[in-house]
Parts: sequence; structure tokens; C-alpha cells
Amino acid sequence: MAERTPWSLAGRLRNLFGGGGSTADAPAEAPADTSPDAPAPTTTLAPPPAPVPVPLKRVIDEDTWDELEAALISADFGPRITEETIEDLKAKVDRFRTTDPRDLQRMLRESIEERLAKFDPTLRLTERPAVVLVVGVNGVGKTTTIGKFANFVRNYGRSVVIGAADTFRAAAVEQLATWAERAGAEIVRPQHQGQDPASVAFQTVEHAKRNGIEIVIIDTAGRLHTKSGLMDEMSKIKRVIEKQAPIAEVLLVLDATTGQNGLLQAEAFLETAGVTGLVLTKLDGSAKGGFVLAVQERTGLPVKLIGQGERIGDLTGFTPHVFAQNLVGV
Amino acid sequence: MATFASLSDRLTAALANLRNKGRLSPADVDATVREIRRALLEADVNLDVVKQFTAAVRERALEAAASQALNPAQQVVQIVNDELISILGGQQRRLAFAKNPPTVIMLAGLQGAGKTTLAGKLARWLTGEGHRPLLVAADLQRPNAVTQLQIVGEQAGATVYAPEPGNGVGDPVRVAEDGVRYAIDRQHDVVLIDTAGRLGVDADMMKQAADIRKATEPDEVLFVIDAMIGQDAVATARAFQEGVDFTGVVLTKLDGDARGGAALSVASVTGRPIIFASTGERLEDFEPFHPDRMASRILDLGDILTLIEQAQRAFDEEEARKVAEKFATDSFTLEDFLQQMQQLKNMGSIKKMIGMLPGARGMREQLDNFDEKEIVRTEAIIQSMTPAERRNPKLLNGSRRLRIARGSGMTVTDVNQLVQRFEQAAKMMKTVAKGGVPQVPGMGPVPGASYRGKPQKKKATGGSRSGNPAKRAAENAALAAGKKEPASAGGSGFGLGGGAGKGAPSEEDLAALQRLLGR
Ligand SMILES: Nc1nc2c(ncn2[C@@H]2O[C@H](COP(=O)(O)OP(=O)(O)OP(=O)(O)O)[C@@H](O)[C@H]2O)c(=O)[nH]1
Ligand SMILES: [Mg+2]
Repeated sequence: MAERTPWSLAGRLRNLFGGGGSTADAPAEAPADTSPDAPAPTTTLAPPPAPVPVPLKRVIDEDTWDELEAALISADFGPRITEETIEDLKAKVDRFRTTDPRDLQRMLRESIEERLAKFDPTLRLTERPAVVLVVGVNGVGKTTTIGKFANFVRNYGRSVVIGAADTFRAAAVEQLATWAERAGAEIVRPQHQGQDPASVAFQTVEHAKRNGIEIVIIDTAGRLHTKSGLMDEMSKIKRVIEKQAPIAEVLLVLDATTGQNGLLQAEAFLETAGVTGLVLTKLDGSAKGGFVLAVQERTGLPVKLIGQGERIGDLTGFTPHVFAQNLVGV
Repeated sequence: MATFASLSDRLTAALANLRNKGRLSPADVDATVREIRRALLEADVNLDVVKQFTAAVRERALEAAASQALNPAQQVVQIVNDELISILGGQQRRLAFAKNPPTVIMLAGLQGAGKTTLAGKLARWLTGEGHRPLLVAADLQRPNAVTQLQIVGEQAGATVYAPEPGNGVGDPVRVAEDGVRYAIDRQHDVVLIDTAGRLGVDADMMKQAADIRKATEPDEVLFVIDAMIGQDAVATARAFQEGVDFTGVVLTKLDGDARGGAALSVASVTGRPIIFASTGERLEDFEPFHPDRMASRILDLGDILTLIEQAQRAFDEEEARKVAEKFATDSFTLEDFLQQMQQLKNMGSIKKMIGMLPGARGMREQLDNFDEKEIVRTEAIIQSMTPAERRNPKLLNGSRRLRIARGSGMTVTDVNQLVQRFEQAAKMMKTVAKGGVPQVPGMGPVPGASYRGKPQKKKATGGSRSGNPAKRAAENAALAAGKKEPASAGGSGFGLGGGAGKGAPSEEDLAALQRLLGR
């Protein structure tokens, strides 16, 4: 997966850091602003515009900081983290009396990595059964993640049952069943459309206990964190499961294309669902998911899994070093 | 919520800072523009768009400054608002129908944007408009997308053309093409093609979308985008524009608390209008897009000024001061209470008023719990009291309460509650009048709309006395904040307050305003 980093900031930062000036992918019509902002060029549909010969930057100057700001903002770091990061780096540049953009690049990577590494990405699945509840807003990739995750766990020889507690969205159960089949996992379905999701979750855990199945994964309906009724429903699902068995992980799925709203999602789900870890999906697109830095820091929740595609194998663990490296391109 | 609370705060503060000046200096303009820039970035507006936007605002604001305009704060708000609306497309654009049916509409967008649900909503809406839409299941990628469309179609009462099972089986281009032919044969006048979600960077899938377009020659290609999307909106929109090109945009999941800066970016960068907004999971949660509403949402300014003006018009400062005095001196009676209530009613729909407040989205539930009939009931009870009782609630013993209950068609409990509420309110207002912050358990920030005193008695010129509109606006803001003379605040169903001193609204005033606005 090493070369597969279409979400790298590198494209943007390359000129800045004098990485060869080969990927100046500034759209010709970039309005009023000289910084490129097209996605990293890996698999872009349109052939990247002919590389504009950019003089290699030899020293750090005002432009460097402007471009760095633009790069961080466009990666969804958000204005606050961007400001903080730049201040921090300015101080470091001063302290180490460097003028070399390559030093700056390294410091940026370290700074991002440091921030990410403060949180422990380990998944805790030691209980038997280990119950994993998957939550999130609509369309972020919960069901797909469950399919991939079930497959991942199956590859370790563990038995898995999936509970179809999204009894709301049309064809959600069928979609999950397709994934369960692909992953070789059992599935517990609602007995009828619109059945109380909590009771489906309950039955799934019950089924696991009765049959000695090691891992339970519960899919839930997508819900906007602002809808109190649906959020209450979710905490009920959680409570009902806990009557049967402790919950090992509550995973909140966040879509990498999300902007600053990701923070509000995380805060709300942490409060009502007791989230224990984050899954960042759709990192195979051009979005960078920089908002997770703010999310981790504000909520203390670690990113535990990464989704990078729609196929069953497109799920990986989260490694701060790799993530930071992919973002910054060092 | 916390993350964004600072935004309106800062903007309001930045604008309030202009108030004393009466005129804008270039430095004022820069300071304000900086806050606007930050506000837009926190709302996920694309950085390039932010730069363009703030440059435009700055230029116009400087012009205003140079022309020595007297009301800078208002002018800046106006400029910002105008610019936002114009980028968002100004006028609302309608769906284009083909001269020779069927009209073909193709949906395209990222994974999870909400295309399939939207297809159902559009079908339902079109049916309501007298059309006979056909839904075509051309998302053969995502597991059971076909099934989902079939269910959604059934709910919408529309026919679904689904010749292929999906889950990777079948050719979407073929299905789309056949779908149009099927529609012609069966006299469907609109064809809605649901397609698989795809990434802008996925060359194969983008080509497939382009092929679907070529094969079906749609009258509209709608780019469906999640309101919660961040900076990637532009890269993705550009990729879709180059790949398939689209004629319009649909913004989904607007029922959340996303500020929707992406809308601005996409409209600005692609020049394509936003046509519809999707606002919930039910098929009827769907409406034509309103640029002006989106503009206030992005900046989260709400109609502060309109609101303040209305409140201003409804109340009179002199009266307010009198009532404030009454509070302070403990001579506020049930009669005054009733009068206050009635003035509130005069202000028109309270819900509508509150609905105009920024941040009111988060208070929808509280709003729904707020019952204007409450005022009518209160009125009935107080009107069944004797003047003496109204002036001195201590007279209200058990038998009097029973009589009042009978006379007003309420229960004794209702009467008891009213008296209790009155006492609480009077106590609270006394505190407010003395400058303290009320502590009222169980009372949300809402039912207030609590601006100030009394209905304006046919005053020729509306609003504050200040001849300087900027000063007036700032004063009004401070009034709403509840600390300044002769204003008030509080959480009950009427206004009031007092205190003394003129001057600029302090930080706390503005914070209080925010709190009042439901933060
Ligand atoms: N490219 C890409 N697409 C993904 C990824 N994860 C999920 N998807 C796609 O995103 C869309 C939504 O995924 P779902 O798994 O149905 O999302 P969900 O959260 O279960 O959705 P609801 O249950 O409707 O709230 C589907 O088209 C998935 O194929 C990913 O990592 N990369
Ligand atoms: Mg799902």
C-alpha cells in the first residue's frame, strides 16, 4: 500500500519543499491565488496540466508560510489547527535557525505525527464475545466498514456474527447480508421491517453467546448527530446490549471528505454512544481527512481503522507515522 | 456548539467594534475582513473562494468607508450578505424540462452523498407536480443499491426500471440507455437515472459516468453533494465537471448542523446553480434551494438586524423603563404581567421571531415545545381576577383561586402554576433589573424573544432614537444582550430589565447575546 497515497499532501507541498518541482498541478484558472489546489495527481482523471517550471525554493520566506497555510487548510485541518501548527513551526524554525524548506517539511511531519501518536490506536477485542458497535451519520461507510472488518477478523480465524440493527433504511439489511456473505460471517436479521433496532442487537449478542461466537459486530442506521430522537435510540441500543455483555468497542465512522463538521459529529456521538475509537473512510479519494487531528485532540478518541476503497480488503490499521508521512510526503 | 460558538461571537464583536466609529477606517475593514475569513474557513468554504470573497468584500467595504457612510456595521453585513447570495446563484433556478418528453435527469456524486434517497424524493416531488417519472437503477456497484431504489420507488409511488441485479453484475450504461427507451414506450415523461457513487480520482468510474451521459443525453445532470463535505468539495466538483459535467447541484443532509460552506465553493468554482436541498430521511424532506437562507447559514448571522428592528418596533423604551423600575422596586403586578403578555402577542408570531435568530436551528425542539396558546391561557386566568387580586397576588387564597379557575375555564392547578410563575418571573426580573444574572431552573433560553419593554405607541420613526444607524444597530444588539439601559433580558415570556449606563456593549454583553440566541 506504500505507493498508494492519492491523499497525500505531497502534491501540494512538493513545490514548496523543492521536491523537484515536477508536479505543479495548479489549475490554470486558480483564481487570484497562486497556490495549487488540485488533488494530488496520482490517478486524477484529467491528465495533470503540464508541469509549470517552478524555481526551487531554497529558503523559507513569507510565501512559504502562506503556501503551508493553504496546504493545511485545503487538507481540512481547519483554521485553528492550521494556525497552531504554523506558529509552532515558526518557533521551531527560529529556534533551530534554519532556512531550509526541507527542515520545515520534516518538522511538519514530526509535528503531525507527534500529535497523532498521543492516542493509542489499538483495538480491544479480548472479551468473549467481543461486541463492536458501529455508529455514524448517514452514508459515511458503516456497513461497508463492517463487511471489511468482519473479513479482517475472519482472516484471523475468529468466528463473527453481524447484527443488522439498521432496520430503517431501505435495503440496509440486504446490503449488510451481502457483505456478511462475502466475509463468511453469520448475520442476525430483524424478524420484520422496522423492528426495534435494540432488540436486533440484543438477539445478535444472545446468538453469539449461545453459539460461542467470538466477535459480534452491530450495524446501526445512519443518523445525524443533531437528531436527539435518533441519538436516544442509539444510546438505548447500547444499554440493551450492555445488559447482555460489555461492549468492547464503539466505533464511530467518519468520512474523510467531511469538513469541520466532523468535530461536531465526534463530540455528539462520544457523548451519547460512548465512542471508543474512530474509523476514517474514503481515504482513497482526494480528501485528506485533516480534521481528525482536531477530532482526536478534542475528544481524546484514537483513529483505529482506515478505509481506502470499496473492496473487501480495503481496510487497514492506523499508524501515525504512515499517516503523517502520506500527508506530508517525506 | 462549542466549535463554532466563537464564530458569530467574533463576527458580532468585530462589527460591534465599528459602532463607535460611525465611520470605517481601512484598519477596521481589515479587522472585520479577517473575522469573516475565519468564519468562512470554519464553515468549510474553499480557501481560494474565501480569498476571492474577502477581497471583494474588502473592496466594497473600503468604498463604503471612503464615501464616509454613516452606518458601517450595517453596510458591511449587507455587503457580505449580498456577495454570498450572488455567489450562491442569486435567483433560484428551476429544473429544466425537455421540449419533447421524456426529460432525462441523471444523478451523479461521491459515495454516500445520498443519491438513491434523493432519487426517491425527486420522483415523489415530480409525481406531485403531475409527472410520471421512471426510476432507473444504474447503480450496479454498491451492494443492494438496486433493492434500495426499488423500495424507495415503491414508497414514492413511481415505477422502477431494474433489469439487472447489481452487486457488480450488469452494465450501467446499457441499463441507463434501455431505461430511456423503456420510458418512451411506457409514456413516462421524466426519467431519473440513479448512478453508483464514485470518486473524482477514479478515472474508470468517471469515464463510465461520461458514457452514461453520452448514451442518454440528459436534460439535467445533477451533482449530489453532502452538505458536510469539507475542502475536498472543490477538487471533487472540478473532477465531476470535467468528467461528466453537470448542469445543477443538489445539496443533501442540510438537516444537520453543517454550515454548508461547500455549497458556496461549488457554486462559485463551477458556476453551476444549486437547485434543490435535501433536508431529511423522509421522502418529503426536500425543497427548492434558497440562496438567501444559505447565505445566513454560512455566516450564521441569521437576520440579527431584521430581528432587532422588529423587536425595536414592537416595544417602547419609555414603557420599558417604567416596567424595569417596577421590577426593581417590587411593584410589578399581575396586571403588568398581563400587559407584557399581550404586547408579546402584538409582536406577532413568537416562533417566527425566534426562527429568525441565528443558531435557532439547534433550538427547534425547544421551539416546538413553546406554546403560544400559553399566553392565551394566562390571559384568561388573569382576566378572571379582580383588579385588587391582580395588584396583590397575596390575596389569592384557595377559594379565590377556585373562583378564578372556574371563571377562566382552567383548573386550580393552572391558576397555582401561573401565580408561581409570576412570582418566579418577578423575582428573576428584579435580579435582572439590578444587573444580576437570573438562575431559573428548568427554563431554557428560548421562550424569551425577550427584548424589551413595551409596544411602540405610534412613533413615526421606528427603532432606536439614535440617528446613527450603526449606533442604533449596536445599541439594539446591546439591548438584546440584556445589560444596557433601558433594556433587559431574561428567559420568561416577556421582556424587561433595566440597569443603567450608556456605552458600548461589553464583551459580556455580546456573550450574553450569544447565549440568548441559543448557543
Ligand atoms: N471509495 C470509497 N467508498 C467507500 C468507502 N467506504 C464506503 N464507501 C462507499 O460509500 C457508500 C456508503 O457506504 P455504506 O457502507 O452504505 O455507508 P453507511 O454508513 O452504512 O450508510 P447508511 O447506512 O445509509 O447510513 C457506498 O457506496 C460505499 O461503497 C471507502 O473507504 N472508499
Ligand atoms: Mg449502512
